[in-house]
Amino acid sequence: MSALATLGRLGGDTVLQLGRANLFLAQVLAAVPAALRRPGLILREVYAVGVLSLVIVAVSGSFVGMVLALQGYRTLVTFGAAESLGVFVALVIVRELGPVVTALLFAGRAGSAIAAEIGLMKATDQLSGMEMMAVDPIRRVVAPRFLAGVLAMPMLAAIFAVMAIGIGGGELVGVHLLGVDDGAYWSQIQTQVEFIDVWNGVVKSLVFGAVIAWIAVYQGYTAVPTSEGVSTATKSTVVLSSLSILALDFALTALMFQRL
Amino acid sequence: MKTRSLEFVVGLFFILGLGAIFILTFRVASLSGAPPGQAYAVTAVFDNIGGLKAGSAVTLAGMRIGRVRAIEMERETFQARVRLEIDRRYDNIPRDSSAMILTAGLLGEQYVGLDPGGAPETLREGDVIRMTQSALILERLVGQFVTAQTQGATTAGGSAP
Repeated sequence: MSALATLGRLGGDTVLQLGRANLFLAQVLAAVPAALRRPGLILREVYAVGVLSLVIVAVSGSFVGMVLALQGYRTLVTFGAAESLGVFVALVIVRELGPVVTALLFAGRAGSAIAAEIGLMKATDQLSGMEMMAVDPIRRVVAPRFLAGVLAMPMLAAIFAVMAIGIGGGELVGVHLLGVDDGAYWSQIQTQVEFIDVWNGVVKSLVFGAVIAWIAVYQGYTAVPTSEGVSTATKSTVVLSSLSILALDFALTALMFQRL
Repeated sequence: MKTRSLEFVVGLFFILGLGAIFILTFRVASLSGAPPGQAYAVTAVFDNIGGLKAGSAVTLAGMRIGRVRAIEMERETFQARVRLEIDRRYDNIPRDSSAMILTAGLLGEQYVGLDPGGAPETLREGDVIRMTQSALILERLVGQFVTAQTQGATTAGGSAP
């Protein structure tokens, strides 16, 4: 009987959390216009989550591109279709791996940092201090970080894709190591990749950025104000973001590419 | 000074990001599919289109000049009507040009290749290309090859293979 009660409480808690998270998102979105009037705050957060993630994203991008080119080449060359290597790398990166891998890196690099920062602010009573001074912490702390996450993700994903297709997959492995013709590599990409592929990738990365930023600020803001609570919030941010990214990616892919 | 350099770095970040999106759209996707208003449509009639699909490329001299918009069946002759959309920039293609279905590489995708003719009139919206060559179907090719081989063998009196 008590097991049943536990199960019931677990289900009830999940629904409760989901409701709270959505109400919190509504609060954050309502605070966005006010936050936009202070671009300096957003700028600082873009620097923290975007510019500082640049190196890890660019380096990972080139390595993912290199691995894809190596693996793709081995399969394609048995069909005498090594010229299609560019298309293979470009489509995989632009449609799927670019947004998804960048989002996973972003969740680990930036999402966890946002959650820990806000959680620690709460634990050290900085947030309630702001409230005492009639400063709305959602406007001052949460909304700028949320906006920064949404803005930075598409940029990072695009940089990842260019590094993977151009530098890693193309120049280093495809052309120099494997000897695929430079012209064939690019012309095949240009004839086979459509604008809609790029556009869908940008839409995906925007959605992922919003979801990661939402989870991070929510976890930080509702963290139990102890050192253990902050660590739990950070962990939950990475776990929940990664799961949501992968699940959402499936849903978005099914929506976007059902007619291809 | 501190905020200025911060603003500069963030600005640089956005320039990099937008530049990357720009590269993806123009260098990777090569936004060359002409917008709807800037192409004209002609129809080519084929006996057999093989694996041609809507969206396949239309080329002239190996250069991509348009794409296949739609494929439908002609009710009386059981031929395939392929609607080609050609970029307006290429408006000087002779009217008696012929179209054939080619394959990129050995197992590659099929596309329509135009061979320019010599007529002074040019292709206009709604024209029909009747001079066409169908796709090569591997099974038929093998069939023809086998027939030719066996006939050759009987006339030559069964020479060694």
